Amino acid sequence: MRGATQAKWAACAVVVVLTATACGGGGGGGDGSGVVGSSWGDPQNPLEPANTNEVQGGKVLDMIFRGLKRYDPKTGEAKDMVAESIDTEDSQNFTVKIKDGWKFSDGESVTAKSFVDAWNYGAHLKNNQKNAYFFGYIEGYDKVHPEKGDATADTLSGLKVKDERTFTVKLTQKFSTWPDTLGYPAFAPLPKAFFDKHDAWLSKPVGNGPYTVKSYQKGSKMELRKWDGYQGDDKAENGGVDLKVYTDNNTAYTDLMAGNLDLVDDVPASQLKNAKSDLGDRYINTPAGIIQTLAFPFYGDKWTKPGVEKVRQGLSRAINREQITETIFQKTRTPAKDWTSPVLGKDGGYSDDACGDWCEYDAAEAKKLVEEGGGIPGGTLKISYNADTGSHKEWVDAVCNSINKALGNDRSCVGNPVGTFADFRSQASQQKLDGAWRAGWQMDYPLIQNFLEPNYFTDASSNDGKFSDKGFDKLINEANGETDTAKAVTKFQDAEKILAQKMPAIPLWYQNGSAGYSDRVSDVALNQFSVPVYEKIKVN
Amino acid sequence: MGRYVIRRLLQMIPVFIGATLLIFLMVNVMGDPVAGLCGDRKCDPATAAQLKKEFGLDKPVWQQYATYMGNVFTGDFGTAFNGQKVTELMSTAFPVTIRLTLVAVVFEIVIGITLGVLTGLRRGRPVDTLVLILTLVVISVPTFVTGLLLQLLLGVQWSVIKPSVSSEATVDELIVPGLVLASVSLAYVTRLTRTSIAENRRADYVRTAVAKGLPRRRVITRHLLRNSLIPVITFIGTDVGALMGGAIVTERIFNIHGVGFQLYQGILRQSTQTVVGFVTVLVLVFLVANLIVDLLYAVLDPRIRYA
Amino acid sequence: MPEPHEPAEGAIAGTGAGGAMDLAASEATTLSPDGTGAAGPGGGPGTPARSLWSDAWRDLRRNPVFIISGLIILFLVFISLWPSAIASGDPLDCDLANAQKGSSPGHPFGYNGQGCDVYTRTVYGARASVTVGVCATLGVAVLGSVLGGLAGFFGGAWDAILSRITDIFFAIPVVLGGLVLLSVVTSNTVWPVIGFMVLLGWPQISRIARGSVITAKQNDYVQAARALGASNPRMLLRHIAPNAVAPVIVVATIALGTYIALEATLSYLGVGLKPPTVSWGIDISAASQYIRNAPHMLLWPAGALAITVLAFIMLGDAVRDALDPKLR
Repeated sequence: MRGATQAKWAACAVVVVLTATACGGGGGGGDGSGVVGSSWGDPQNPLEPANTNEVQGGKVLDMIFRGLKRYDPKTGEAKDMVAESIDTEDSQNFTVKIKDGWKFSDGESVTAKSFVDAWNYGAHLKNNQKNAYFFGYIEGYDKVHPEKGDATADTLSGLKVKDERTFTVKLTQKFSTWPDTLGYPAFAPLPKAFFDKHDAWLSKPVGNGPYTVKSYQKGSKMELRKWDGYQGDDKAENGGVDLKVYTDNNTAYTDLMAGNLDLVDDVPASQLKNAKSDLGDRYINTPAGIIQTLAFPFYGDKWTKPGVEKVRQGLSRAINREQITETIFQKTRTPAKDWTSPVLGKDGGYSDDACGDWCEYDAAEAKKLVEEGGGIPGGTLKISYNADTGSHKEWVDAVCNSINKALGNDRSCVGNPVGTFADFRSQASQQKLDGAWRAGWQMDYPLIQNFLEPNYFTDASSNDGKFSDKGFDKLINEANGETDTAKAVTKFQDAEKILAQKMPAIPLWYQNGSAGYSDRVSDVALNQFSVPVYEKIKVN
Repeated sequence: MGRYVIRRLLQMIPVFIGATLLIFLMVNVMGDPVAGLCGDRKCDPATAAQLKKEFGLDKPVWQQYATYMGNVFTGDFGTAFNGQKVTELMSTAFPVTIRLTLVAVVFEIVIGITLGVLTGLRRGRPVDTLVLILTLVVISVPTFVTGLLLQLLLGVQWSVIKPSVSSEATVDELIVPGLVLASVSLAYVTRLTRTSIAENRRADYVRTAVAKGLPRRRVITRHLLRNSLIPVITFIGTDVGALMGGAIVTERIFNIHGVGFQLYQGILRQSTQTVVGFVTVLVLVFLVANLIVDLLYAVLDPRIRYA
Repeated sequence: MPEPHEPAEGAIAGTGAGGAMDLAASEATTLSPDGTGAAGPGGGPGTPARSLWSDAWRDLRRNPVFIISGLIILFLVFISLWPSAIASGDPLDCDLANAQKGSSPGHPFGYNGQGCDVYTRTVYGARASVTVGVCATLGVAVLGSVLGGLAGFFGGAWDAILSRITDIFFAIPVVLGGLVLLSVVTSNTVWPVIGFMVLLGWPQISRIARGSVITAKQNDYVQAARALGASNPRMLLRHIAPNAVAPVIVVATIALGTYIALEATLSYLGVGLKPPTVSWGIDISAASQYIRNAPHMLLWPAGALAITVLAFIMLGDAVRDALDPKLR
C-alpha cells in the first residue's frame, strides 16, 4: 500500500515536470487572452470576505483578493503574499509588515489600515459576518462580539496601526502557528470603497487579486477579467473567467460535454462513471482536506448505554467502504482509516491505522458485534442527510444496503432525506435528530487539531452529537499546550485512540476534489480546499 | 361591465391577502433559515441572533407578515439572505420566464389548436386515433422525463441544441424548453379543441351556414372555430399563470435563470423573502389572468353579459 | 336556457388554473359550454337520473377503451395488494456488486444503481403509486364536493366566502407548494404526500361540484321538493347530490392519473416519498441521473408509471363519454 502511494507521488512529480517544460517551451497556441467558462453555484452569503464560508463564494474571493499569506495550491503550505514579514517574540504579540506597491484595482494602495479596518469590520457583531470567529484569538474580540448582548467596543483592542505598512496584533493567548491561519479569505484587506459605498461594492466587488470583476449578474453569472495592475507573482495566465450559476451539477456536466463550458469543478456522482471515457485525462481527482463520517447522538438515551459502542463498531464493520467508494464514487473517495485526512501527511498526524479493524468490512464480525452490543437501539438505524445537494442519497442508500446485508435484515438501516440543507443543519445543530446523520468536515487549516477538537471536544462548536469524554478532552488540552509540534501531534493521536474505542462517529471516507475540463483549456488543478486554481489555467 | 370589473377587483383583495398569508405561513413552517447559513458547522449564537433580529425573524409570524405586506405596498420586497434585493432578482428572472411562457403559449396555440381542429373534423379516422394516443402518451410521461430525454438526445447525442440556456436566455434557446414546458398543456389543448369542434359541428348554426351554401373554409373559420375556441382560449389564458409558476422543473433541467429557478433556490435556502415575493407576483398574475379570461369570455360569447 | 346566476363565477368554474392538477377540470368544461361546468343530468328536462346511469353503464360495457383500461387497473390493484404473486424477490435486497447491470436470467429488467432488481422494484412500486393516486383522489373528491356543494347549495355569503377560500388555494402553484410543505416532512409513509395533494387539489373539484349543484338546484323536481317542505339535508342528499355527482366523477378519474405523475415529479425534486417505501417516483428520479449509462433503469419504472396514468385517463375519458348525452 505504502509502496503504491509512493509510486503515485513519483508519477505526479514527473507529470509536473513535463507540464512545466511544456509550458516553459511556450509551445501552446494561447496568447493568454482566452476566457475560461466555469460552473458556479450562487453564493449563499453576500460576497464579503469575512462572510463567505462556502466554496462558491470562496472561488470568487480567491480570484479577487490576496491576503497576507496564501496557501500554496500544491503543498498547502502558508506562504507570504502581501506580507513582507510577520514577526513575534512571544507567540502572542505579532508585528506584521506588508510589501510596498500593492494596490486595489480601483487604484487605492493596500496599507496596514486596509487590513486593520477589514478585520475590525469582520469581527464586529453588527456586521453579521459568519466568519467572525476567525478573529476570536485577537484581544478585544469579546468586546466587539460578545456572546450575549450588544458590543461594547467598535474596534479590536489587539490591533494597532504603526505606520503606513506596519501593524501589530495582540492575541489573547499564545498561538505560535497563528500566522498560518492568515491565508483565509476572512483576513483579506478591504479598500475604502467597501466601507463608503457598500452596496455598490457588493454589486461589483473590488479587491487586490489577479482578477477584477467585469460584471456581476446576481444569481446568474459573474465575469472576471485579468487585472494587469496586479502586483503578485501569480498573475493570471488566462484572459479571465466567466462563472455561470447552475442549480443542478448534472446540467453543468452536460454543458461541458456539449462544449458549452470549460470547467466543472464538482462532477456529480452519477456522471463519474462517464467522466473517464468522456474526458480521458481531462478529468482530475485530487485529495482534499475533507472527511465524511456518520455521527451519532449522545443527547438521548439510545446511544449512551454502556456497551452500545460495540453496536457502532459493528455498524462500522458492516459498511463495505471499498465497494461503495468504487461503485458509487468511482474512487473519488478513499476509504477512511482514521478521523483526520491524508493531506495532513504522516508528520501532520494522519494515521492509516487509527481506526484499524473497526474500519475494515467484515459482515460476520459486524453481526456479532451488533448482537453483543444489544442490537441497534430501536431496531432501525435512521441515517439523515440533506436531499437537495451533494448526491448524498446514493451513498446513504448504499451504506444502508451494506448494513442490511451484513446484518441479514432489510429494515436495519434506512435513509432519511431532509428536504433542504438549511433544515438539515438546523435539526442537527439543535439536537433534533434521533438517528445517525451524515457529517462532513472540511479543514480550515492543515492541522490535526482542526479535525479533532471542533468535532469531538465537549461542547465544541461543531460537536452536534454532544459527544463528551473526559480522557479525550484532557489529551486535547495537553496537546494544545505543547510547544513542540511532533509531541503535540502524538498527543492528538493518543486522543484519536479514544475515538476508536468509543466510536462517536464512524469514519466513512476521505473526499477528493474532482473536476472535468474541456480541450480548450489546460493546466487545471484543484487546491486542498477543492477549489480550482483559476489563475494557472491556460486557454489554448 | 365597469361595475362588474370593479366588483371583481374588490374580490381580489381578500384572495390576494389570503394567498400571500398562506404562502407566508407555509414558508415559516420550514423552520430556522439561519442554521443553513454557516455550512456544516454551527453558527455562532451571537451572529445567529443578530441575523434573526435583522430579518425580523425574532418577531411573531403575524407581525412579520404585517411588516412584510406594508413594505410590499411601498415596492420593497425585502432582501434575500445573500444580500440581493428581491426586486433585483425579479427584474432579471421575470423577463426570462415571460419569454419562456410566451414560447410555450405559442406552441399551445399553433400546434395544439391545429391538431385539435384537424382531429375534430376527422373524428374516428386514423389521424384522430393517432393524435389522441399521442396526446395520452405526452400526458402520461412526467415532464422531467421528457425534458431530460430531449436534453440528452438533442443536446448531447445529436448536438442540435445547447443542453442549457445561457443567462441571456434568447428566444431561440428557449424553443426546446418551451416545448417541454408546454407539452402537457399542449396535449390538453388538442383534446379540448377536438371535443369542442366535434360538438359544435353538429350545432344548428353550423348546419344553417352550410345550408346557406357558404364555402367550407368560411364555415370553419368564421362560424365553427370562433365558437369552438371559447373554452380553449379560456384554458390557455388561465394556463399562463400556471406555466409561469410551474416552470420549476423545466427551468431546473435546462438551467434557465427564471422565476422557477429563483423560487427553487429560495426554497432550498429557506429565503422567505424571495419565495414570498415571487409568489406574491405570481398570485397577482394568476388573478389578473383569470379576470381577463372572464372578460374575454363575454367578448367571445355574446350570450354572456356582465352586469 | 338563460342563466340567472353570476356568469363570471360560472366561467371560473369552467376554466380554472393552477398546474397539472386542474388540467382535467378544464377538459371537463366542454361537458357544458354554457359555462356552468355541469354535465348531463340537468341537460334534458325530465330525463330521470336512473336511466342516465344505466345508459352509461350499458355504453361502458361495450366500450373497448373502458374494458382495456379497466383490466389494466384491475391488474394494478391486484399487484398492489399481492406483489409477491408475480415477483418472488425482495425489493430491498440489493447488492452493490450488481449495480447498473443489464438483464440476466431471473432478472429480466436488470439491476439499478444500488444493485436492486429492477423488475421486483417495479412490481412493488405499484402499491405506493396506486395508494397515492386513489387516496389523494378520494380525499380531494370528498373535501371538494362537500365544500363546493355547500357553497353552491346555500349561495349568498356562504358561497362568497367559500369561493374566495377556493381561489386562495387555487392561486398557489402546485409544485411550489409541494416543495415548501413536503421539504419539512420527516415521516416516510405515503400520507404527507397524499395530505399535500388533498390540501392543494380540492379547489378543482370544489368548483366543479359548486357549478353542478347550482344547475341541479334549478331543476323542477328540486324546486318541487322545496315547495313540499323538504329539509335542506334531505334535498341535498336525496335530490341534488345524485344529479350533481357525474362531473365530479369524471374529473376525479382523470385527476387520479395526474396525481400519480405528480408524485414522481415531487420525487425528482427531492420531496416525494421516502425510502424504505418503494415507489416508481423514487426509482425514476434516481435513474434519471444515470440516463446515459443505464437507460434500462429508467425505462421500466417510467413505462409502468406511464401505463398506469394512461389507464386512469382513458378510464376517465370513457366515463365522460358515457355520462355526456350530447356526445351520443
